[in-house]
Formats: sequence, structure tokens, C-alpha cells
Amino acid sequence: MTTAQAPAGAGLAGLDPAVLRPDFAILSRTVRDGRPLVYLDSGATSQRPRQVLDAEREFLEQHNSAVHRGAHQLAEEATDAYESARSRIAAFVGADPDELVFVKNATEGINLVAYAMSNSSIRTGLGPESERFVLGPGDEIVVTELEHHANLVPWQELCRRTGATLRWYPVTDEGRIDVDALELSERTKVVAFAHQSNVLGSVAPVQELVRRARAVGALVLLDACQSVPHLPVDLRALDVDFAVFSGHKMLGPSGVGVLYGRTELLEAMPPFLTGGSMIELVRMEGSTYAPPPQRFEAGVPMTSQAVGLGAAVDYLTALGMENVHAHEMALTKVALDTLREVPGVRIIGPDSLESRGGTVAFVVDGVHAHDVGQVLDDRGIAVRVGHHCAWPLHRRFGVAATVRASFHVYTTVDEVAQLADGVRAAQEFFGTGL
Amino acid sequence: MQLEQMYQEIILDHYRSPHGSGLKDPFDAESQQINPTCGDEITLRVKLDDAGEKVLDVSHETLGCSISQASASVLTDLVIGQTVEESMTILAAFQEMAQGRGKVEPDEEVLGDAVAFAGVAKYPARVKCALLGWMAFKDAVVRVQDGKGANA
Repeated sequence: MTTAQAPAGAGLAGLDPAVLRPDFAILSRTVRDGRPLVYLDSGATSQRPRQVLDAEREFLEQHNSAVHRGAHQLAEEATDAYESARSRIAAFVGADPDELVFVKNATEGINLVAYAMSNSSIRTGLGPESERFVLGPGDEIVVTELEHHANLVPWQELCRRTGATLRWYPVTDEGRIDVDALELSERTKVVAFAHQSNVLGSVAPVQELVRRARAVGALVLLDACQSVPHLPVDLRALDVDFAVFSGHKMLGPSGVGVLYGRTELLEAMPPFLTGGSMIELVRMEGSTYAPPPQRFEAGVPMTSQAVGLGAAVDYLTALGMENVHAHEMALTKVALDTLREVPGVRIIGPDSLESRGGTVAFVVDGVHAHDVGQVLDDRGIAVRVGHHCAWPLHRRFGVAATVRASFHVYTTVDEVAQLADGVRAAQEFFGTGL
Repeated sequence: MQLEQMYQEIILDHYRSPHGSGLKDPFDAESQQINPTCGDEITLRVKLDDAGEKVLDVSHETLGCSISQASASVLTDLVIGQTVEESMTILAAFQEMAQGRGKVEPDEEVLGDAVAFAGVAKYPARVKCALLGWMAFKDAVVRVQDGKGANA
């Protein structure tokens, strides 16, 4: 195995995007009649550095083979590459390799947990050990009003299948989870919430939510899609039971994500998808299952993607997640300071740097988010417009759609500053400027 | 600058003072359409003549971007007073233009002011915005014909 080349900026105090940007070829292209691309949509998907692309290509050109099957040399090398990626990603989030399940994306990870509970509830669990995942009428699943649909709809469906009740923490005007507005009960079986809101950027009070969940014996699932790529995250220190994140939001490939589960829980969980690789013994009459994580990785898994994600983690590790977060906070300050000065702009979510990450959502009086986005796009600025898969949250704030700017290691202060100029241009174009 | 190609003056005019805005009574059928990618919504009402052959009135309430609002506004201008058959011809022409990725030459005879939306066709993400009102109109007419009436 070759080790991915460290990013040029590694080891420096702080983080200089100018030094990193040559690693991201896509950032030097132009869009819409030759305008330099200003990519402020990393919350949707991040760009991948050459080191990640090289790792994928090197794997495919040198080691490609189906993992965990076959005894030839390539099969061994591919399995080593895949398991090495698992180990490095586990270390990155403070977990053991066996606690990490490779999934297609975070959405699949949440569904995996929901279906393990569903299967346990219809008594197709492993045995007595799966009883702790059984849900029925009267039991509760608790989420929050700011969840991405991926951490809402699977729980709604699980409630439909089991008769359990979905409840949720409301969100304050500042975009924080209102932890005192809902009392958990002995019937609360799961508390699932986003570490960092994909719209507002607000960071959840994980410790407090975990404490309350523990007090009633509920399991905690953390949607870490917007935190693991941007902040130092130690899942064991956070003391959550499950966590999910997606590769493509953390400079890695799409098609690969991670479910973290505490060993003791994964061992007691029945499978979600079944088939090859996840078995222990198969007879015509029935089968037994492999221990985790293999139990949850049916079929030939994504391999070059896992290797690519391993390289992305190496890249981020070399930069230092403290530096990544500090950089994004500096950008967020610029975004908030410049947008605040534009009359008619309203920030949705925390208008401060306290407990937040590098995602800024806003509306512009008199100009629909789609139209703002179109004017920005005309200037080469890529943002997300719409409800960002958090429709109930938008309803909570009485808006149909917001403009969302989100950052990553390669985003520069100059790019962020262009955002407010673009918003002014939109106001001028639609005749609503002051 | 490409913006003006998309946001032609006619579109901006309709956006600033939309026609047919505000739900009106009486009506034969109502349709609500939602754009799931952005959450935009339109509620549109249709009143046909007693024979069900002519479009007497169309009114709408649109929560959405300039393109969806202007499109619904132009729609009311184009279809009110037409036969249902003619309105469906206009709808088909509009849809063909909107989904034509900018390669369909619009027929001004049929589309009138709606040819201004030809530029929108070059932006696939906005095509749905332009079609939202038209889909509501089509659905409402079908509801009248099916006798389903006012249930959205």
C-alpha cells in the first residue's frame, strides 16, 4: 500500500486555503461564461483533493478485487486496503474498527438501525439479545425539529411499522434545540439528532441530550454528517450509541458512508440487508450471521470508495481538525458580518459564532431564494437554495426556502465576501435593494 | 450577462404584478401542486362554462420564486377565454418549450407572452418552477372533467 501524499498545507500553524487549492482541480474551472467558480455548497457535497482521487485510481489500477472473498494476491491486497481504510476512519472519530460499518451513505446507516429495530420488533431478531431493540405501541422515538429528512423519515416509518410514537424537541428562534421543551419518558427508546444542523449550522448540546437520554435508558443516534467533516469529533467521548456520516461531505467519494455503533449494540442487532458476506453458516433451511461489522455489509461492498474515504481522512488528519474548524469559523464570521450589513437580509439560525459550524442560511426580503441563487450562479457562486431536505425546519421559521452557503478547507475569505455582493446584486436586479 | 436571457422584462413585469393572483369564487376545481425540491406551492382554481368546454376563469395563490409566479400569471392571460382544447394545446406547447433545454423554437402565435420563458429552458433546475402553475391547471381541468371538484 502506498500512503497518500500529505496536503501541501499540512503541519502549518492554521490552515491556508491558497496552499491547498491546487489539490482541488475543480476549483480552477470557470462556470457560466467564464466566471471563476466560487463553490459555497460543501454542505451538500464537498470537492475531492487529488490525493483522494489518486488513492482510488491507485487501488483500481493495482489492487482491485472483491474484498473478503478469494485467496489470491489481489483479493488479499484489496481486503487489506479496505480494512486499513476502516481502521484509519475509526481512529479519526475515536472508535474501534469493528464498530464501523461501511454503508452507502448516512441515510442508509440510519435506515440500518431503524430496520434492525423493526426486525427485532417483529421477532426476527437474533434472539433474546435483540429484545432491547423491540418497539411497540406506547414506546417513543424522539428527534428534533431541525433534522434532515434522512434523520426523520426513517423514524416516521419505523413508528408506522411498530406503532411507536414519534416526538420531537422544538427549535428556538435562534435555531437551537429547545432541550427543556420536551420531557423524555421511560418509554423513550431512541433519541436521534443532528450534531450540527445542515441548514442553520447550530451545534447541538450533545452532552446534555445524551445525559437526558441515558437517564431514561434511551439509545442515542447522532447524525454526524455535518460535524465529522468540519470539527474534531470523538464519538466515544461524546458517549453516543450510534453515529452516521457520509464520505462525500468530507472530501471523500460518494457511495460510501459510515455507521458507528457501540460493539455491544452491533453484536445484539439483527441484520438489515442480507445475502453474501454477512453470513456465518448457510443451509437451505436457514442461516446464521457473521459478527459485526460484516453482519451489516451484505454483498460485495464499495471498495475504491472506502479506500478514497481513507485517503480523505488522512488528508484531514494531516491538516488537523482543530485547524479545519478554526478556518471555517473565520469564514463564518466573515459571512455573518458581511451579510448582516445588507439591509433586507435575515440570517436563519445563530447570528454568532457560539456553538456553530460553517453553514450560514438566510433569506432576502422580497427576493425568493431561488432567484437569489440564480443571480449568485450568474456570478459563478454556487450555493444551495430550497429547504435543504429540512422542510419542517423551514416551516418552523415560516419560510419556504432559504439560501445556504457552506464552506470547507478550500474556501477563501475572498469567496465568502463575494456572497454579500451577490446578494446586493440580486436585490438590485429584482428592484428590492434599499 | 445571461441573467437577462432568463429573466426577461415580461417575466419580471408579471412577477411584480401577477395576474389572476388571489383565489376566487366560484370555481369548479382546485389543485395544489408542490415543488418537492424547494417547497414552493401553488393553489390554483379553475372555472369552466356549464358545458365544460370553455375556460371562464383561473385564479391562483403562489408561494414561490419569480419564475413560478410569473408563469402562473402568464397562464391566466393565455387560457382564460379559450376552449379547454385550445388551452391544452397551449399547455403542451409551453411544456415542450420548457423541457426543450433551449433547443425548441417556441411558437409565438400559440404562446404569446409565454415565449419569454424560453430562456428558462436552459436552466434545468428551474423548469419545474415554470411548469408548476401549468401542472396545477392541467390537474384542475382533469378534476372538473372527472367530477372530482374542489378537493385539492
